[in-house]
Amino acid sequence: MAAEPFDQHADIPGTTIFDGKQAMKGYALNKMCYSFNSAENRAEYLRDPEAYFVKYGLREDQKQACRDKNVLAMIAAGGNIYYLAKFAGIYKLSVQDVGAQQTGMTTEQFKEKLKRAGD
Amino acid sequence: MATIIGGLTSSHIPAVGNAIHNKLFDDPYWKPFFDGYPPIREWLDHHKPDVAINIYNDHGLGFFLDRMPTFAIGAAAEYRNEDEGWGIPKLDPFPGDPELSWHIIESMVADEFDITSCQELAVDHGFTVPMQLFWPGAPNNPAMPRTVPISANTVQHPIPTLKRALDFGKALRKALLSYPKDVKIVVMGTGGLSHQLDGQRAGFINKSFDQMCMEKIVSAPEELTHISRRELVEKAGAQGTEFLMWMMMRGALGDTVVPLEKNYHIPISNTGAGTMLLECAA
Repeated sequence: MAAEPFDQHADIPGTTIFDGKQAMKGYALNKMCYSFNSAENRAEYLRDPEAYFVKYGLREDQKQACRDKNVLAMIAAGGNIYYLAKFAGIYKLSVQDVGAQQTGMTTEQFKEKLKRAGD
Repeated sequence: MATIIGGLTSSHIPAVGNAIHNKLFDDPYWKPFFDGYPPIREWLDHHKPDVAINIYNDHGLGFFLDRMPTFAIGAAAEYRNEDEGWGIPKLDPFPGDPELSWHIIESMVADEFDITSCQELAVDHGFTVPMQLFWPGAPNNPAMPRTVPISANTVQHPIPTLKRALDFGKALRKALLSYPKDVKIVVMGTGGLSHQLDGQRAGFINKSFDQMCMEKIVSAPEELTHISRRELVEKAGAQGTEFLMWMMMRGALGDTVVPLEKNYHIPISNTGAGTMLLECAA
């Protein structure tokens, strides 16, 4: 018998609930991103990203999403935004840059959208 | 005996840490946000709390997915702020109060809250940014209270329900009020309000929902417990679930509070930013 779904797993458009399923899918990617808390690890990654992907056991879809710096693809590959933010930090991407990329806007347009939410 | 004098809420957006570092207090973008804090600092200056219970959510510094506590309580003599990977300036360690921590832990577990005790805990922007806002120069402010950090999981679903968060606060109140030492305590609930960083819905902010929450949390927090976790994600955004910290704080304040200060501003970074001072009835 299939388990009953819990309420928070229900579909919300444009939103991936980071639940156990995502956690299983994304563990290696998230673990790599968590390692970027350390400056030494960030430097090691930048010297040879491909070797770093292998060190953390990333799958091909996760490697490709990282090569492309494609945040939606990283989320689809199990990435959690709190850890992905550390990856984005390496490339000096702000949360507005990341938001703009995911919504297909320029960063300026995205900032304007945020401002309009206050009207 | 210990007394709880009030509750403080604040957003804990990392960009605020940078804005403080760069002293952007009068910058037109930042001013409406920073202006919410001086009246609260005056109140703190007047009441001089000995202890600040800082309820926040870790964002991948203190905890990783290998071990994710639903509720974690610090029990250290000091709490280090460490590199989070994207360059907000690192602060000096914050002084703890391990004796009070263990009292809280004993009382909470006796009350059937199964918590994780942490004798070492690196604290991230969720903890440090509100400290800097309420005690400028923190931790190197002469009035800096000792602290007990409490972190609730909002990284990995399932996250606690709003009812559990409020109940946690009530048990925390019981723990604090049974502490035999003569200490004045403020309880902080940090994070929120509405925001979503991930997905095609990134940039979602919900002003009317935030304002409803800021109103209800004063006099009708029980009503907010009817909001399901799904509804919270839908209406507050995926990271707006940080409102749980506000509920934990509110539970610790008792039935009646007086809202002395309230500020709400959109946007700070990607977030609807809410600041409140709730004084406990004498």
